[in-house]
Amino acid sequence: MEEKRQDNILEIQDLKVIYKTDFETVEAVNHISLSIGKGKTLGLVGETGAGKTTTALSILRLLPATTGRILEGSITFNGHNLLEYDEHQMQAVRGNLISMVFQDPMTSLNPVLTVGEQIAEALRLHNEHISKEEVEKRVEETLSMVGILPARKHDYPHQFSGGMKQRVVIAIALCCEPELLIADEPTTALDVTIQAQVLAMMRSLRERLGMSMLMITHDLGIVAQTCDDVAVMYAGEILEAGTVTDLFTGTDHHPYTQGLFNSIPNIDARAHRLKPIPGLVPDPTDLPKGCVFSPRCEHCMEICKEKRPETVTRGTHSLRCHLFQNQEGGDAHAG
Amino acid sequence: MPVEKSAPLVRTEGLKKYFKLKGGAQLHAVDGVDLEIRQGETLGVVGESGCGKSTLGRLMLKLIEPTDGKIYFEGKDITKLSVRQMRPLRKEMQIIFQDPYACLDARMSVIDIIAEYMFIHRTYKTRAEIYNRAAQLMDQVGLARRYSNAYPHELDGGRRQRIGIARALSLGPKLIVCDEPVSALDVSIQAQILNLLMDLQEELGLAYMFVTHDLSVVKHISNQIMVMYLGQCVERAEADELFAHPTHPYTKALLAAIPRPDLSARSEEVQLIRGEVTSPINVKPGCRFAARCDHCTEACTEKDPKLMEISPGHFVACTMVNGQ
Repeated sequence: MEEKRQDNILEIQDLKVIYKTDFETVEAVNHISLSIGKGKTLGLVGETGAGKTTTALSILRLLPATTGRILEGSITFNGHNLLEYDEHQMQAVRGNLISMVFQDPMTSLNPVLTVGEQIAEALRLHNEHISKEEVEKRVEETLSMVGILPARKHDYPHQFSGGMKQRVVIAIALCCEPELLIADEPTTALDVTIQAQVLAMMRSLRERLGMSMLMITHDLGIVAQTCDDVAVMYAGEILEAGTVTDLFTGTDHHPYTQGLFNSIPNIDARAHRLKPIPGLVPDPTDLPKGCVFSPRCEHCMEICKEKRPETVTRGTHSLRCHLFQNQEGGDAHAG
Repeated sequence: MPVEKSAPLVRTEGLKKYFKLKGGAQLHAVDGVDLEIRQGETLGVVGESGCGKSTLGRLMLKLIEPTDGKIYFEGKDITKLSVRQMRPLRKEMQIIFQDPYACLDARMSVIDIIAEYMFIHRTYKTRAEIYNRAAQLMDQVGLARRYSNAYPHELDGGRRQRIGIARALSLGPKLIVCDEPVSALDVSIQAQILNLLMDLQEELGLAYMFVTHDLSVVKHISNQIMVMYLGQCVERAEADELFAHPTHPYTKALLAAIPRPDLSARSEEVQLIRGEVTSPINVKPGCRFAARCDHCTEACTEKDPKLMEISPGHFVACTMVNGQ
């Protein structure tokens, strides 16, 4: 276990994030722990409001300054706790060591700058003594790396289609060759054929640059096709985590994970009815007392309503559910 | 006019919609579509953004005027009917929109939104009867009656979509065009809405035209599937047949592009299609897909491939397949 920890590029321990306004407190992320191995891709899966994006923004310390607070925990990147960094140190990390690709390529580009200028901006920010020629050269290299003709560096974002814009966003994120790329629903706004092109491109770039990735998505298909490890998030907690093999071929699953799988229409089989998860995601200002999934769970027991389950770990697979407690004796430990 | 049992509820012939642009250019949104939907059946229409699938849905209801072609509803030609003449037919055909956040009046309560159409069409004599019916509709779509006086912003996407469905059902339609009704919803909620739509179909014998970009959803809900590309139908077949024997290169590429939630597919190299959808403005003759197709020959760029039946009920428009 100790040895494995050394290989992790990012490690989040017991992170708790809230959004506090005058009226209410939203418990967005509640004591989650996760790690990403060097060169590995972790898929973070969950529905709207599960806290996926909040987790990503916490890593980059980009939470809205007026409301977002990190209350507890640590985020360790290459052995350094990012939460102890000051703003100046964080600037050196953002875009340089850790980059992020946002969901909507239409709104994450600046409409009044050419795409070349936007890539150059990131390069100049992180390389103080870089020459003009060097910048131009690297802009062109980065564009061709993501499959855009270098000559298009003089074009503005509106001259690109959705898929091409997302490539530009990825180019900006990759131009400084980050060690970790956070991709927040990078293909959700794209058509399936374009999604397939962008995903294939990201896969090959990941291999070429040897970077690690945090892939945030709600699509289990994308997880199966691109990730090494998976964490299933629900109402600010990680309910199940493991390798893709644990999640897609293993037998024991958290009832929520099971519900997610039952909710997607299977393209290779025809069932008359889907088996949806009844009910709705709980209100994050008023989370249930026991297990966060208990109000929607078909296996809900008395203890589930009373006591929050501990995380049970079996090798690479971990579950946070009372169904699997006590089976492993003393193996259970607080997650 | 009495309808024969096997006659389609709605049928189109060579339906076209060209939008005029500045400078005399024309955008071919829908370019010659023939389709049929029978009572109690679902036609799934799939394609990428900009392929004309939503325009087709709106044309079917005559929410926009077709440029050319004919629309028959219960055997009657409705293409040339005026807005006033269409009014009684509005009860028969309804639409559910994609964005449950945009299609509901923010200043009306849930029960008023559901009752509105019944007031317009004077379905019942008294207000009490209309509100009574609206409350029944809420039960039918699984909305708790305690939300009657709530406003749309107080509800989540799934519940809002249920309001949209209740409103569409309020006039007792025979045909409902569902324009991406689950695309904006989370998977667990999406499954709830799909089940509701299927239950209602069984209960009320509704016909759906289900417009979506999601192939797994369309397979789940449809009897017939039509694949559209740049305003044209490239392939049409029974749902199972289409997935078992996809024939048009575009259909194959679409199917291959879906990321499957299954590890065994991981090692397989996905056959990507090159490039992006070409512009629908002033399209050149010939197969619309030719520029992205690996099997493209000279014949493909010369004339439009015709939709031909390759096996009973399975139609494909491809020069290579049909040997036209």
